[in-house]
Amino acid sequence: MSTRRLPHWADVTLVPLISLLIAFAISALVILAIGEDPWEATRLMVQGALGSTYGWGYTLYYTTNFLLTGLAVSIAFQARLFNIGGEGQALLGGLGVALVLLFVPWPNWWTAILAAIAASAVFGAAWAAIPGYLQAKRGSHIVITTIMFNFIAFSLLNYILSHVLRPQGSMDPATARFSNDIRLPRIADILEPLGIEFSRSGPANVMLFVALLACLLAWVMLWRTRLGFSIRAFGQSEPAAHYAGISSVRIVMLTMLISGALAGMMAVNSVMGGPQRLVMNAVEGAGFIGIAVALMGRSHPFGIIPAALLFGFLYQGGSELAIETSIPREMIIIIQALVILFTGALDNMVRAPLTAAFVAMRGRR
Amino acid sequence: MDLATIVQILDSTLRLATPLLFACLAGLFSERAGIFDIGLEGKLLISAFFSAAYAHYTGSAWAGLGVGVLAAVVFSAIHGIASITFRGNQLISGVALNFLAAGVTVVVAQSWFSQGGRTPPLAGDARFQRLDLPFAEALRDVPVLGPVYSQILSGHSILVYLGLLTVPATWWLLYRSRFGLRLRAVGENPAAVDTAGVSVVRLRFMAVIICGVLCGIGGAYLATSLSAGFVKDMSAGRGFIALAALIFAKWRPWHALGAVLLFGMLEAIANRFPSLNLGIVTLPGQFMSALPYILTVVILAGFVGRATPPRAGGEPYAKER
Repeated sequence: MSTRRLPHWADVTLVPLISLLIAFAISALVILAIGEDPWEATRLMVQGALGSTYGWGYTLYYTTNFLLTGLAVSIAFQARLFNIGGEGQALLGGLGVALVLLFVPWPNWWTAILAAIAASAVFGAAWAAIPGYLQAKRGSHIVITTIMFNFIAFSLLNYILSHVLRPQGSMDPATARFSNDIRLPRIADILEPLGIEFSRSGPANVMLFVALLACLLAWVMLWRTRLGFSIRAFGQSEPAAHYAGISSVRIVMLTMLISGALAGMMAVNSVMGGPQRLVMNAVEGAGFIGIAVALMGRSHPFGIIPAALLFGFLYQGGSELAIETSIPREMIIIIQALVILFTGALDNMVRAPLTAAFVAMRGRR
Repeated sequence: MDLATIVQILDSTLRLATPLLFACLAGLFSERAGIFDIGLEGKLLISAFFSAAYAHYTGSAWAGLGVGVLAAVVFSAIHGIASITFRGNQLISGVALNFLAAGVTVVVAQSWFSQGGRTPPLAGDARFQRLDLPFAEALRDVPVLGPVYSQILSGHSILVYLGLLTVPATWWLLYRSRFGLRLRAVGENPAAVDTAGVSVVRLRFMAVIICGVLCGIGGAYLATSLSAGFVKDMSAGRGFIALAALIFAKWRPWHALGAVLLFGMLEAIANRFPSLNLGIVTLPGQFMSALPYILTVVILAGFVGRATPPRAGGEPYAKER
């Protein structure tokens, strides 16, 4: 049987890489079609995102967002749940961050970040809990309910920002700025004592390390604990998990709570670490990019690290591209769509010929 | 609220329900055949752009409609190849196509028109003109019938009437034709259809293509009839509201019409009254815009009747070997 299958290393590296190459090739064709030079575009993106510590400061900031939303989607995928609601959960997480930072005078940044992480996780988890409950108890399809909850979250936040939290006299729907005393240390603040110079303008901050720690903890949880085993078993085969005495209601609920909490935590970076106030577009589609990141990283907590970095690069590079050329920022949405299409939906298109090639190679030996 | 306001709201209800109706019936064909489609939004959007662009180039709304439908069918075909041929995840394919539409429309619009991701405004024959039904003028002053016929039903673009006619056509096709029987069967139990010697792949592809055609008309209506040109993200979640309406209607054509009229009316009321004063409470506009989604969640939760999707929905079909 094993000879009919792809070796594990090829499954986790070769398949996503080939899918990624196809996605990039088609993106290059799109750039050609609108009369720009794909090589020049690539050069500008690499230069803009990775060519300076200024670029890295933004690339790593976006990477932090995508690590957390990618992890949120990945953990749900492990239980074969498709949580498209990361966007809404992150919006609610942002609300949690804003509430806890606006109404409590925290003495310093590290007490504030702990409170913000806790609040965002609770708010995000609560927003994921309702679709989770409806899936577990009433069999409502989680994909549809989480999509609906994204829209409801957007309307809710729109209302709160324009009617409740908007400071008097201000016109745009956003909260007041948080106190400057709780500004998160940025990469430059961390590297300066070590004598390494880093641009001060990039918003990448300590949340990057929190996000990486979250990946590590997620790995421990998934592969070294009873809960993780139950989640993976449930994802592999629900009847088998049921037969082994694993409660499906418990797994669906816990998985969605963890997933929602992670998506919510992303807001600590994009609200507290970024503009230091809650604005309407605080999430900027990061919840959806989490889907692409999870698919590319094969839903593995370590696999998503390079995937998140890649999308961080694409995001920052795409912004630079929009400034330097006539290629609009939406080019990265095309790339993101193609990555999701080829690594997710058209997976078999890449896998089948590759498997055939491996089988043929083995047969010759 | 006086009579004129009510008439005005009902009039725009019909207008706003039309794109939802096309997308909802599109989803109905696809999902009844067992192919989940959360990419309705993307198909509306891609068709809206290409129909507006070609209506601008040719000066003909009909030419725009043709190209818009073609673009949506191409998207449908990709969805079909991913989910039928390669047996990929239908939900992921839908998500990808939604993003592809969101990106392609803006990038191409910027390249063709350099107007920040929009097409130039359409005028004259590049838009579908209002159509006055026969005797609309003569019946105007008849009580009750007059306002309903002359002011609410009459005076829309031809696509509105096409949409209304698609409902009985869909009903007939699904419940009274051999094709419809097979289509519904393939969404419930593809193995049985296969055993009967009917191609599951062919049937599902046909359903997906019909879905593309209907979404294409809906998208063209958005850009060349409801509005005068394409603007970035102009589908504005309508594909998802249509999905909600489809669940609300429990995958049945006449109920779909009811659901989209309800959701269309919510939008019309929200447009007319940014915040609705009900005496006891004032409902903010944001609540009105979230209401379709809230209602769908309530329906999905099974608190008001149960919404059971076609049984084989979302499952790729593999012939036993």
